[in-house]
Amino acid sequence: MPYLANLTRPASDPRVLSSGPSSLGTADRLARMLGWFSIGLGTLELVAPRAVERLFGMKGRKRLIRAYGVREIGAGVLSLAPEKDAGLWARLAGDGLDLLALATALRPGNRKRDKVGLAMAMVAGVALLDYVTAQEATTRHARGNGVRRLYHDRSGFPRGLENARGAAKDAARPAAPAAA
Amino acid sequence: MRALVWHGKEDIRCDTVTDPQIEDPRDAIVRVTSCAICGSDLHLFHNFIPAMLPGDIMGHEMMGEVVETGSGVNGALKKGDRVVVPFTIICGECEQCRRGNFSVCERSNRRKQLADTVFGHATAGLFGYTHLTGGYPGGQAEYVRVPFADKTHIKVPDSLSDEQVLFLGDIFPTGWQAAMQCDIEPTDTVAVWGCGPVGQMAIRSAILLGAQQVVAIDRLPERLSMAEAGGAITINFEFDSVVERLNELTGGKGPQKCIDATGLESHVGLAQPDTLLDRAKQIMALENDRPHVLREMIYVCRPAGIISIPGVYSGLADKIPMGMAMNKGLTFRMGQTHVNRWTADLLRRIEEGQIDPSFVITHTVGLEDGPEMYKVFRDKQDSCIKVVLKP
Repeated sequence: MPYLANLTRPASDPRVLSSGPSSLGTADRLARMLGWFSIGLGTLELVAPRAVERLFGMKGRKRLIRAYGVREIGAGVLSLAPEKDAGLWARLAGDGLDLLALATALRPGNRKRDKVGLAMAMVAGVALLDYVTAQEATTRHARGNGVRRLYHDRSGFPRGLENARGAAKDAARPAAPAAA
Repeated sequence: MRALVWHGKEDIRCDTVTDPQIEDPRDAIVRVTSCAICGSDLHLFHNFIPAMLPGDIMGHEMMGEVVETGSGVNGALKKGDRVVVPFTIICGECEQCRRGNFSVCERSNRRKQLADTVFGHATAGLFGYTHLTGGYPGGQAEYVRVPFADKTHIKVPDSLSDEQVLFLGDIFPTGWQAAMQCDIEPTDTVAVWGCGPVGQMAIRSAILLGAQQVVAIDRLPERLSMAEAGGAITINFEFDSVVERLNELTGGKGPQKCIDATGLESHVGLAQPDTLLDRAKQIMALENDRPHVLREMIYVCRPAGIISIPGVYSGLADKIPMGMAMNKGLTFRMGQTHVNRWTADLLRRIEEGQIDPSFVITHTVGLEDGPEMYKVFRDKQDSCIKVVLKP
């Protein structure tokens, strides 16, 4: 099976024959997917707010849509970072803001009400995914996982700490090259 | 063979890869019996250091048995020899190697042109540590090819266990060099920021070298307990002001010697607002490093003191108070470790029982558990301080 990684290898280096388990868990992969989704959506809101306005019949909301775009991109970037749990919780808060903004477009005179309703259902679905992923990521990466231990018995000095103090005070940088 | 392979940010996998081959007469192949995950591997895990490529084998702390040698090794090594492999690859012949400046060997970086462009001048080749340092496959694997093997090795006696000598390849000489760079005197206070494995070795080195007091700074109880066991006075920066406590401990004058065993990923917290700004800039690619520790060291260090930096920095760091450093007359010493400069002396100290570096190991697992242990080590779960892998 060809591995893309092998394309970057010098001919003489070991090449991947088959790939094993990854350090990425399901929550990490979902966070990555949601992060890129967030960046994509945010970019759309930032560069084409008028299209979003037209889609949902939300006239005069260009600034708000752009601001939401910036927020989406920020949450997306954070979801791709090691602090992904913070990014995912930020996304969830953003989902709430999205729902509030869309709810204002559910007014009776809006001919795009059906699309707004559909969008709200989609946001609610994504919010659920954000919540589950944020919970999973927070649990998976919590420092509290595993046994808490202290290492008061590990001095590293077989002859005791007091004998170690100053035991190497005569040490000097080797004068001559010390390559093996 | 099996190896831990970098596939992207936070994506390490235990893959089956082709076996390494002798490429150059000075090469040797080593069957790895023990290897370790280093704190600086986490910088690669997070993709903070550029020039990793998917398919790169991780790891620069390893030891094992020589199973094959090239024709140019000329008897320096033979099949069956037990060796620790230093993380810096050295030719032993260039001007820098002749001076003992092994981490800046002029010949071992096979991506010299790239490194010249990025660093101004190439530094030594390193195992498993980006293509800026040669792109050499690392040692978190069942076998590793050792270039310039006639020089790039530390022979170790059978009387010592893997755990006692493995860290001669990196963290022990790194902590030792950090302390040696401080020119420690019997009246000195040495402050060590970061009580990870390198910080632990630096603490013990400073004790051995006769510092009057060693102060260890961290926030994790397990690390602080280990630092205390090694003879340090501890400061938990989540509860105490580092500057105030250091001044209290030194009659208001500050420590004469400061060691940064933290590097580019200093802890981000509300109590240190500069770290929040650094992290935001790092995410936006406006700076590479989070130099909170450097700022604090420069502020608290006694005038005419020494700042020693074994912690890894990758590129650009903002808001370094150079005016403060200049006016206080501070001396900065830093760099990757000149491993072979120190190893003969350190091996002797282990054999004599002055120190046993195995104290730092908290987890020993098989290679197949490596990907999960990257996560455990990064998330500081299960009181993890140092992971040793047995391929």
